[in-house]
Formats: sequence, C-alpha cells, structure tokens
Amino acid sequence: MRKLPGMAGWTLAFLARLITGAQGHWYGCPPKAEQRIYFANHQSHFDWVLIWASLPKDLRGITRPIAARDYWTASPLKHWITREIFNAVYVSRQRTQDEDPLEPLMAALKQGDSLVIFPEGTRGNKGDPATFKAGLFHLAEAFPQVQLIPAWIDNVQRVMPKGEVVPVPLLCSVTFGAPLQLAPGEDKRAFLTRAREAVVALREVA
Amino acid sequence: MGALRAMPVHHQVSLLFALLFGMLSLVSLVFFMRTLRDRRPDQLEGDEQFKRDLRAVWFGASVFWLAWVTGGVFATLLFALLSFLALREYITLMHTSRADHRSLLLAFFVVLPVQFTLAGSQFLDLFTVFVPVYVFLALPVMSALGNDPVRFLERNAKIQWGVMVCVYGMSHAPALLLLELPRYDDRGAFLVFYLVIVVATAQLVQEAASRRLRRRPVARAISRSFSWYAWLVGVVAAAWVGALLYWATPFKPIPALIMGFLVGASGTLGEFVMKALKRDAGVRSWGGNATVTGAVGLLDRVAPLCFAAPVFFHAVRWYFRV
Repeated sequence: MRKLPGMAGWTLAFLARLITGAQGHWYGCPPKAEQRIYFANHQSHFDWVLIWASLPKDLRGITRPIAARDYWTASPLKHWITREIFNAVYVSRQRTQDEDPLEPLMAALKQGDSLVIFPEGTRGNKGDPATFKAGLFHLAEAFPQVQLIPAWIDNVQRVMPKGEVVPVPLLCSVTFGAPLQLAPGEDKRAFLTRAREAVVALREVA
Repeated sequence: MGALRAMPVHHQVSLLFALLFGMLSLVSLVFFMRTLRDRRPDQLEGDEQFKRDLRAVWFGASVFWLAWVTGGVFATLLFALLSFLALREYITLMHTSRADHRSLLLAFFVVLPVQFTLAGSQFLDLFTVFVPVYVFLALPVMSALGNDPVRFLERNAKIQWGVMVCVYGMSHAPALLLLELPRYDDRGAFLVFYLVIVVATAQLVQEAASRRLRRRPVARAISRSFSWYAWLVGVVAAAWVGALLYWATPFKPIPALIMGFLVGASGTLGEFVMKALKRDAGVRSWGGNATVTGAVGLLDRVAPLCFAAPVFFHAVRWYFRV
C-alpha cells in the first residue's frame, strides 16, 4: 500500500516543479540528512509544497509539515494527503488547559524527524513577515542539538494569492540560510527577533 | 544539388541532421581549442558570449531533432511545453498584480492549449486569428473583471505581449512542421530546419561581426553591440545560407535567398526587441545570475524563433497560396 502515496507524492512534486520551478538555493548550509527545523516566511497555502518539492528526494521523507488537525482531518482525502504523502504532524488549534500545543512537535523531534514551521502563525500578505510566535524558541530550548535553518520563499504570493484556488505558473525559489543557534541565556524576544531577521536577510541573498 | 533533390525524403532529412550536428561539433571543437590558448581579458568576455550563443544553437538543434524523430503529435506537444516554460519565465519577470490572476490563468491554461491544438489539427484559419482577434479581446475583459484600474493598460500590454511572443510565435513552429504544400509531402521538417538554421546563422554572424567591426551602436541604451552594419552582415549571411539550403525547401534558389533574408532579419530584430524588454524589466538575460527566481534563460534561446516563425509561416503560405 506504500506505492500509491509514493506515486502521488512524485506526481505532486513534479507538478509543483512544472508550475513554480521550485528551485532550492542552499546558501548557508548543504542539503544534508541531519535533524533540522526549517522556519520560513508564510504567504500562501502553497508554501509547504514548495519547500517540500525543493528538498532533495531523500530529505522529503524525513521532513514533516505541521497541519491543523480540525482542517486537515476533516475529509478523508485531506486526511489521506497529509497523513500518507506528507506524514504531517497534527496540532490542535483550540487551546485546552491541560494540553501543550507543542507536544506533538516535541514528540516528532524526539523520533528524530525534521520539521518545517512557519513561525508567523498565519499567512501574511505584506512584504515583510510578521513577528514570530514563541513556538520556535521553545523548540530550540528543548532540542539544542537540532539545527535551525532559516528559509526565504520568494514570489509564491503571486502564484496563488489569498482567495484563489488555481495557481499561475511562475518561477519561485526557496533560499536556505546558515543554521541558527540559541545562545546560552538568550532572551525569548531577542532570539525571535534574530530568527526573523535571519529569514528576512535571505531576501537580499536570493 | 539536383541529385540531392532526387533522393528519398528520409535520406534527405538524415543528411541534413548529419550536416547540422557535424558542423556544430566542428565549430565547438575549434572554439574549445582556441580557449586553450592564452586569452586577453577582453577576449574572455567575448568567449563567454559566444559560448552562450553556441549552447543556444545546440539546444535549438536538439529540440528540432527530437521534434522530427517523434513526429506530429509529439512535436506539437514538445513545442507547447517549450511555449509554456517560456511564458512562465516571461511572466515571472513582469510585474503583474493580483487582479491579473484570472487573465494569467486564461493565458496559461486556455489560450496556450487551444492555440497548439489548432496548430496540431491544422485548423489554419482560426489558428491565424485566434490570438490576435479573440484573445486580444478576452484578456483585457478578464483583467477588467479583476476590478483594479491601476496601470491597467500597462499590465494588459505585458500579458498580451507575452502571449503573442511565447504562445502565438512559438505555435508557428509545429504549424510549419505540419503544413501541407503542393508536391512537397511530409517535408515540413525541412521548413522548420530551414527556419532554425537561418535564424541561428543570422544571430551568430551578427554577434561575430559586431565584435570584429566595433561599429557605433544604434541604440546604446538598449544594446551596446547592435549596429546596422553588423546586422546587415548577419542577415546577408543568413540569406546566403538560406539560398544554399534551397534543395531542402520547396523554393527555387532566389526565393530561398529572399526567404532567408526575411527570416534572418525578423529573428535578429526580434532578439533586439527582446533586449529592450529585458532592459525594461531590469535584467541582462532572462536566466543566469541576475534573477532571484532561477529562470533558466529559455526565453533568450527561443525568442528570435518566436519572432521569425510567424513571418516565415505566412510568407510561405502567401507564396504558395495555401
């Protein structure tokens, strides 16, 4: 049964490349099978697919997205796509008192998987990314050995603006920067600002 | 030349390809040997330019060979794919707004497939007017429905131009391939071959001439190498090559010469226009290091063909009254 998701994934990656080129530019680090957290600017639903398609094939299997449980398990197809093709980590959007929303992410990192997160939390449509949410900081604190890789996604907002469903074929690129580290005793705000600046700086490189 | 004309079609085509790839290999080899010697810095820049042009010719020749080997339907699909990639590259570098989304979808997913289907099915009357008449109206309507008047004319002009060059122009290559002429069965491949060779000759000779002769450029702000003299040298060379190839075409030598002139001129002038467009978009070449998006520079390679193909196609149709 693993054949079907494999083929669907291949087709999806092929389509993403046909439509956007999905060029990965590795500036700060080589594409290696180390445990990593990629964090990027978020402008479109297409962002995850673009990052995923720009990764080399070997890394796609071990790099997982975060998906909102209520939305992505709502229909069997959505559930199948996120579970079988992308191996997504599901999180609940509703906060309950006794549950840590980062718990599923921590569990995935403990298993040795890599993650892609969009620390803005929501899709922006202005040029500059919004301030980062604290999740990235907590993950960095809990897993100091995991590399934190900033990534800048360029042009994708033109491919599929908010509210549209069919993507326009345009070339996009993902630029991966140098790994970031949480300095000992670094303040949460300071770290998040630094992380955001690392992402924005890649726009100039790209 | 008479003996060549008497050969079966299949042998003629094979001979053409042997000739083409042989010549290209020879030029590449000579060029490679020359780069082994010590080069002055100013020569190095010219070398780079020549290397790019040579690569473009190799690319064109390979595409053409593939089109011939795979036959009508596949050739049409191949050119449609090229057109898709070229248009993708063009639109990437143009600033379109959110309101253009629907017209872009129309261009990519309706106009392009329809135009190539028309070319493939040889529906030549509609094929000729579909883009200039119907699409010309449909695209701005779609844009107007996007409800954004800012720079409306400019945005539409960009899209119309992209469709005209990348889709309409390119679709004439498969149309030529499939064009049926009296007493000239199944030899459309020769016409495309003729077109590609003549345009490539014009480009290469013009490039070489402008480096040798160093004439005053006509429009310095657009191209620092384009001069009328070098252009004329390129086009005359193209016309001669066209005349020499007359045995592969349905033309007699003199019309072949004139066609060569026409095709070479429209190809090189098309390239010149694309340079102006590039300057406007703020890039030196559509691909390479200048862009953020990793465009591969396909448009640079196909643009002269896109300009020359419709001119040639309609000249042929007019000449033979088909």
